[in-house]
Amino acid sequence: MTHSVTTRTRASSIAGIAALALIGVGLILPAFASRSLIQDLFFILTMLTLAQLWNLIAGFGGMVSVGQQAFVGIGAYAMFAGVILWGWDPVPAILLGGLAAFLLAIPMAFFAFRLAGAYFAIGTWVIAEITRLLVAQWKTLGGGTGTSLPREATADIIGVATIADVFGLRDAAARDVLAYWLALALAVGTMAAIYALLRSRTGLALAAVRDNDNAAQSVGVDARRVKWTVFLSAATMTGFVGALIYVQTARISPDAAFSVTNWTAYVIFIAVIGGIGRLEGPILGVLVFWGLQTVFADYGSWYLLALGLLAIATMLFAPRGLWGLIHDRTGIALFPVQRRLVTTEPNKT
Amino acid sequence: MALLETHGLIAQYGQFKALFGIDLHVDPGECVAIIGANGAGKTTLMRSITGVIRNVPDQIHHNGQPIGALSPDQILRRGIAMVPEGRKLFPSLTVEENLLIGGQVRRGSGRWSLEEIYSLFPILKDRRRSPGTALSGGQQQMVAIGRALMSNPELLLCDEISLGLAPVVIRDIYAALPAIRATGAAVIIVEQDITRALAVADRVYCLMEGRVTLTARAKEVSREAIHAAYFGEPA
Amino acid sequence: MIWIDVLVQGILLGGLYALFAAGLSLVFGIMRLVNLAHGDLIVFAAFAILLITGTLGLNPFLAALLAAPLMFAAGWTLQRFVLNRVLGKDILPPLLVTFGLSVALQNGMLEIFSADSQRLSVGRLESASIDLGVVTVGTLPLLTFASAVGVIFVLNRIFYTTALGRAFRAVSDDPTTASLMGLNPKSIFAIATGLAMVIVTLAALYLGMRSNFDPSIGPARLLYAFQAVIIGGLGSLWGTLAGGAIIGVAQTFGAQINPEWQILAGHIAFLVVLLIRPRGLFPRAVD
Ligand SMILES: Nc1ncnc2c1ncn2[C@@H]1O[C@H](COP(=O)(O)OP(=O)(O)OP(=O)(O)O)[C@@H](O)[C@H]1O
Ligand SMILES: [Mg+2]
Repeated sequence: MTHSVTTRTRASSIAGIAALALIGVGLILPAFASRSLIQDLFFILTMLTLAQLWNLIAGFGGMVSVGQQAFVGIGAYAMFAGVILWGWDPVPAILLGGLAAFLLAIPMAFFAFRLAGAYFAIGTWVIAEITRLLVAQWKTLGGGTGTSLPREATADIIGVATIADVFGLRDAAARDVLAYWLALALAVGTMAAIYALLRSRTGLALAAVRDNDNAAQSVGVDARRVKWTVFLSAATMTGFVGALIYVQTARISPDAAFSVTNWTAYVIFIAVIGGIGRLEGPILGVLVFWGLQTVFADYGSWYLLALGLLAIATMLFAPRGLWGLIHDRTGIALFPVQRRLVTTEPNKT
Repeated sequence: MALLETHGLIAQYGQFKALFGIDLHVDPGECVAIIGANGAGKTTLMRSITGVIRNVPDQIHHNGQPIGALSPDQILRRGIAMVPEGRKLFPSLTVEENLLIGGQVRRGSGRWSLEEIYSLFPILKDRRRSPGTALSGGQQQMVAIGRALMSNPELLLCDEISLGLAPVVIRDIYAALPAIRATGAAVIIVEQDITRALAVADRVYCLMEGRVTLTARAKEVSREAIHAAYFGEPA
Repeated sequence: MIWIDVLVQGILLGGLYALFAAGLSLVFGIMRLVNLAHGDLIVFAAFAILLITGTLGLNPFLAALLAAPLMFAAGWTLQRFVLNRVLGKDILPPLLVTFGLSVALQNGMLEIFSADSQRLSVGRLESASIDLGVVTVGTLPLLTFASAVGVIFVLNRIFYTTALGRAFRAVSDDPTTASLMGLNPKSIFAIATGLAMVIVTLAALYLGMRSNFDPSIGPARLLYAFQAVIIGGLGSLWGTLAGGAIIGVAQTFGAQINPEWQILAGHIAFLVVLLIRPRGLFPRAVD
């Protein structure tokens, strides 16, 4: 009899192949999909990425941040600064967004990690508010009312002309395609990175930190380092997503870019409804969310009221979300991170 | 009728089974010792009886009525109080407040009051305004016992009241036992110190790995029988 | 001279923030629960008072007196049927439930009361002032501050001299052992949240009388409350009052320099305190 430790399951192998196929389809999709589908997919992919990142720090890391809008906002504003102040092309300026979010995450982590337990959440919210108020003082980027990307900048984003030629699209539609591809790349990259992280030693350490800071420390896990690493990485990626969203939107204001509702409440609801602490959760959650959004968004605040109540109900009756329910019924795990001991009987010949 | 009876009492923590069908009974006014090695399930048994670990109703009876599914506060109201393992004083409460909180649920006009506790353990009166956790281990144990007595229980459970204390201090604490029993209360004493347990108890149960391995009268049991029950092998 | 005036106004404003904070601090102290909907509940209470004044034609003080028991019942129910079910070692579920509640409450109020600004009007009291020699202070701000002092005094009495307060401290220390003493921690938690909602009603009364309010302003009140608690040091109610005063003073000084900096100045003061005294000004000795 031989034993081996594995995280692989049959479902996960199938899921891996399916994921590759999906990515392939996703890549060539713009060749035949309508512009509105591409826009919907852009929305889904960016929200999915934000939800995965929040899920990483809160669900896997136990750091319940309510200040993710800070990174979306600062990322978006840094991209705008690159374009408007320094004449960068918007696409490379997305890198500035990640950098700015990283730099903001350092003081945020520094302050918020000082707060006991659940007060961490409000601490992150405070820092996000401070950032919003400071950015609103930035007059060259429109102050409190905001500003738009200049037409010249959006007109000749690298690659757009080529896309327009190849697919025979207008420039505006070609920009959407480019943004969509970038969103796809970010989503896939983020999920692959999170999956790899969770299966690595750091992932184990993160689980230990989440369950108990002190106990983790006593078995030699450097809790501080793990938390800092994960928090800063997630913030940086969130900054990229924020910048990308506003490349596509092309118009920014502090209230929108630092919106708690759009960039944190929705994101939390996606993760909660889909299932916290699992990679599959946000995927399912974002699809449900998109469906609800399409059908009910016209109801405005009734819709938000219902979403809030739905999140409460999920936490009360199915705290591991829809995916938790499915997993309990079927035992399926598409992205297994638990290590399992596999015992293979020697062939009886 | 027995004061307390368990029938096939089972307890588990998640998937881990800690008690495998314990049968035990305590008569009114009786002193029963429960001994067993570390991890035998003694504390789990105490926690089951007091409702900290919920159970099915029928596995525990008090005066003939099923109490297995009741909550700790309901159990206390029925006259079963516990001195928990590790004393568990409330750090934010003074010594006196710790005692008073034990008396928040008082049954009838029993013997115990603040004054009575202070005369049982005079040292506590001088320290009544100190935070409970500022006291020495032995004094804290006195508070924990006093706190449990304040509800005038008819059954008192004491989980390892000698744990970590110096022999002279243990002697002082055990010296209070006759006064407690004089009120007519039954007592269950969980002890690692077998000699002491046998000296004060009427009957003794030995647990091993979640099962009762010995039931005997304290005066009659032999060293060999205890050894076998305790370690699961003949001496 | 103007600066003394600014200082006094700031301290009095701090009284309002301490009122926001007292309920939050109470609940956190007893069950380590951070209620992210706290600010929205304050706004909710303000609307409740407004509704009572409107329908019964009462003055806001009497209306608050009626609203208080209703809010107690609401808090009790919320704790009993929702929050108690998610309290535990994991801090995530209660945070997410109260966050969901915050979003739901805000939008529910938006539908029912619209986004219009409202105010609890108390006639002459709004503009009345008292001349203290060095400075002239508004009667209403003074009353707010006095109420904050009163609330904290009463809460401290409850905490340290009553059986209920003893029970609060015991379940806060160790709910399991408390239950062995005949307490039912879940009932005690429900009472605590109910009590917090009574304080919230009082905070709402002064909020509504002193400034405009609308359904969206809850989260900002939560942040002020939170900052007052952290600056004061967890577990110290008088510290919370001091924390509120510090935020208030920072805000009035900021506003004096540039009206746009009012809120920002309060936040910065919070960060400065967190930087130099991570455990707040008056941390509790035992933790
Ligand atoms: N909270 C818990 N979760 C999981 N397992 C537990 C828990 N508490 C106790 N156990 C397990 O249950 C078994 C019985 O434990 P228990 O504390 O009842 O033993 P005990 O006889 O009181 O031991 P000791 O003499 O050390 O106090 C042990 O194997 C222990 O590891
Ligand atoms: Mg034990």
